This record gives sequence, structure tokens and C-alpha cells, in this order.
Amino acid sequence: MTAVSDAPASGTRPAQDELRSLTVVPARHPWRWAASAVVAVLLAMALNALITNPAWEWHVVSQYLFYETVLRAVGVTLQLTVLGIVLGFALGTVLALMRLSRSPLLQAVSWGYVWLFRSVPLILQLLFWFNLALLYDRISFGIPFGPAFFDIGTQDLIGPLTAAALGLALHQAAYCAEIVRSGFLSVDQGQLEAATALGIPRRRQIRRILLPQAMRTIIPTAGNEIIGLVKGTSVVYIMAIPELFYQVQIIYARNGRVIALLLVAAIWYLALTTVLSIVQYYVERYYARGAVRVLAPTPWQRIRRALTTLAEARRQRREDHARLAAALDQEAPR
Amino acid sequence: MSRPMVELRGIHKSFGPLEVLRGIDLTVLAGQVVVILGPSGSGKSTLLRSINHLEKVNRGYVRIDGELVGYRQVGGRLRELKEREVLRQRTHIGFVFQNFNLFPHLTVLENVVEAPVSAQGRPRREVTEQAVRLLDRVGLAEKSRSYPRQLSGGQQQRVAIARALALEPKVVLFDEPTSALDPELVGEVLDVMRDLARGGTTMIVVTHEVGFAREAADTVVFMDDGRIVEQGPPGQVLDDPQHERTRAFLAKVL
Repeated sequence: MTAVSDAPASGTRPAQDELRSLTVVPARHPWRWAASAVVAVLLAMALNALITNPAWEWHVVSQYLFYETVLRAVGVTLQLTVLGIVLGFALGTVLALMRLSRSPLLQAVSWGYVWLFRSVPLILQLLFWFNLALLYDRISFGIPFGPAFFDIGTQDLIGPLTAAALGLALHQAAYCAEIVRSGFLSVDQGQLEAATALGIPRRRQIRRILLPQAMRTIIPTAGNEIIGLVKGTSVVYIMAIPELFYQVQIIYARNGRVIALLLVAAIWYLALTTVLSIVQYYVERYYARGAVRVLAPTPWQRIRRALTTLAEARRQRREDHARLAAALDQEAPR
Repeated sequence: MSRPMVELRGIHKSFGPLEVLRGIDLTVLAGQVVVILGPSGSGKSTLLRSINHLEKVNRGYVRIDGELVGYRQVGGRLRELKEREVLRQRTHIGFVFQNFNLFPHLTVLENVVEAPVSAQGRPRREVTEQAVRLLDRVGLAEKSRSYPRQLSGGQQQRVAIARALALEPKVVLFDEPTSALDPELVGEVLDVMRDLARGGTTMIVVTHEVGFAREAADTVVFMDDGRIVEQGPPGQVLDDPQHERTRAFLAKVL
């Protein structure tokens, strides 16, 4: 305010050189400040409501958060997620390649698979797998339509946990197939043409040229799917599998601390998805190399850079002050 | 007299009802530079793409250094080769695309090294040394660690040329290599191509750069409507065209 408005008051327009020496005052944003204040108050209220209301029973939460059965249940949830995603994406990639192959039969089978497994609700599919023994009580391995080498009781081969993992993976594969296919389609046709013209073997074309570029499109949607599956594993509670959601229900049925135990589950789901989100960020960054001219800095790099700039600005200001003081000292005698 | 490196005989190609090539015969001798001129839609690019079997032709055949491309003669018939064998044949035929088609997720050096290692099975060390020499030859030695998108169009096309040369092909095909470039970048790519031509590389170049045709070509071919209208040394075709359609085309581009 002062420096800018003072100058014209002296009557004459400051010359160019004088303008250059004036201090720059940044524009003020009062509404931004007001809005920030309102949000800050609301945030404080929300936190207060969470912390001070005894009904949340935070002491119970902390007591059960690392309880042994809860930890084991988190393990089961993780196991289901990993199996679902790894098998799902493996099968999904095969389905996507089948869909893009030139064989009409492979295309049709792939399409049919996606159609079937996307159409039937997951919970229904899980129950089918769980009750597979009712349909086929023995499974045999051998030559198709020929002699069997050995057979095994369905219930021995597919326990509840296997049924759940299988159900999740087969359902997931239908979605993964479409995600991988969209990734392949997003790669410029010229890339494969160039690889072909260079004589690069077919499998190498897919692994070295196609897939890494497709990953850029695949990762964000795949991240959605993986995080969806972390939470989605909770539907297998209907099969009485001791994963996180089922286990907290068991506990609160016994001790009646419903809210506190639901909170325990929520905190664990939050923790798992947070880790996954961070991993996703770095994987995405890895596949972005070459796609953008300069990679954006990671949050850590940004924080470190902000701190150094801050320190630099401070040093600069101290130097400016010192120089100004020296100049004033020199002028004083005049 | 040097041996024929590329022989095209009676090439016909249709896309559905549209006949794009209507019987092309062309022989390119080893070390020769052939420039193909012609209005757009005359079938130049399709012809080039059928030489390395990116397009399958409906009739006729292509020989590179005496070897049939895409087929094997068994008695009285041509048997289509497996994809793996066609891929092997393509390593003898360098191809430079109009829009470069460099692999954006690989560095410049990785782009050049990829095919000789994975398609020809040569040791990576040896190929890397050769790649560095080639990048130096196209004036981009210091860019070997950059990614393609960090380069200008002209630089990208020079990398693409180095990538094609790394396979030590018998012939290099150029499909309008300067058409996607800003005018001030065309010169640097043409310089590299002139250098190759002088070095004895067999080249077939589809382009609109009549100046390049005049300086570097041994033979200029003028195509229109899927046929070769006339061909001969640049002095003859460019300065004294016999055909009405050649004259009309040259009047437009010169």
C-alpha cells in the first residue's frame, strides 16, 4: 500500500528508474481468507466431534486395532486381494490377447467370458463356487473325453478360501480383460507397424513395445480395480471366511462394541488403500518416462524444493536488509 | 554392372473395390537411389509398404537380393511364409516412416539397439557400439540418453534413420520422410539421406522433395493412378518429361 500510493502523491510521475526501485505489493484475496477460515472452523468442529464424543470409544478402537484375530483377518483380506488381482490380471491379459487375436473362436470365447462374468452379481458367483461340490462332487484330471489320470473330491480341492479367491479372481478377470484391452487399443498403430518393420519377434513386440505403453492407460483404472477389490473382499463374509469384515462382526457380536469395531475395520481398509495409492503413484510415474518431456517432481521432491527455496528467500532477504542498512548509513551524513 | 537388389514384378493391390496398384514392374540395382514421385493417392506409399510385406499384394511378387519376400516357391505355387520368417526377411529391409514411429518409452539409444538384439540376436555390447557410431553419423551422439519426445521432429527422423540402418539392411525404404517436418527441419534430414546415398546405400524414397530427387537420385519414377507413368535419370524425367501427367504434376510442385 504505502510505497505504491505514496509515489503519485508527491505530484510528479516517477521516472522509469524510480518505478523499478519500488516495492511490489502482492494482490490481496480477502474472500479466499474468509473461505479458508470457515473451512478451518468446520474441520475443527468435525475433529472435535470425533475425539470428544465418548460413543466412538477410541480406547476400545486402540485396544482392538492390533488384536491378534484382527491382524490375522487383515492377512486374509490381503491374501484374497493379492490372489484376486494377480490371477485376475493374468487371466484378464490372456482374455484381452484372445479378443485381439485373429481367430474368431478365440475372440468369441473371450467376449462370451466377459459377458458372463460381468453380468452375474459377484455375490451369486461366489455362492456358486462355494457350492461347487453340489454340482460336481469329484474333479478329475486327464485326457479330455478320455481316461482320467487321477480325480479328487471337489470339497478337498476347493475349500472355502480357495472358492472365495477363485470367485473373486474369475469375476475380476472379466474387468481386467477390458482394462488391458483398452490399454492395448490406446497404443498408436504405428508403434506395432514400426516394430513389425524392424522384424522384432511377435512376443517381444507385445512385451517390450506394446505393454509398457499400454500401462499408462491401464494403471489408473487398474488402481481403481485393486482398491475396489480390497474393499470388495468384504463380500466373502457370506461364506464365513475370517477376513477383516467378517472377523469384526464376530467380535462385536460377542462384546457389543459395534461402532468401535466397525471403526477398526474402516481404519485398516483406509491404511491398505493408502499404501496402494502411494504405490500406484510411483508405478504411474515409472511408466510416464518418455511420455512427458519432463517428469513432474514427486511430493517429497516438491517439499524438499519448497524448503530450499524458503531458506534461499530468507537468506536473500537478510542480504537485502544488510545492503539497505549499509546504503542508509552512507546517505545519513548528507 | 551391379546386381539387382530389389525386383518388383507385376504388383497388383486392391483395398476392397479400389485398385491401388495396377501392375508395377521396377528393378533397383545395388547401390542405386530411386526416388518415387507422384500425386497423393497414386499408390506410392502402398507400393513401398508392399516391398517389405506390410501390405500383402494380390498379384505379382517382390524379390530382395534374389529372395522372394513373404513367399516360398514350392513347385508351381507360392507358399505363404510364417510370420516369424517374414519378420526375419524384414530385417533386411529398412523402413523409415513419415511420422517416425520411434518408441517413446525407450531412449534414443534403446530405440536403435532394440531390433538388432531382439530380431537378429546380435550381442548387445557390439550393437551398442555400432549404435553410438550411427548416432554420431546422423549428428545425434549427445542425444543417446534422451527420450524421443525431448527431440525436435528433424532429430527424431534422424534417429529413425539410424534405427533402420542398425539392422544393416540391404535396402532402405523412405516413406515421405520429411512430410511431417517443419520446413526449416527438412534440410537436416535430407543431408543425412544424401550422405547415405553417397555412401552406396540402396534406397527407395517416396517424397515430394524434387530438389532431393534431382541431386541424389539415380532414377526418378513418376507414378499416377497405380501405374508407373515414366522413369529415367532425374535430368530426363524432371527436365524433359515425356508424359502429359508428369508435366502437369511437376508444374504444380516446382
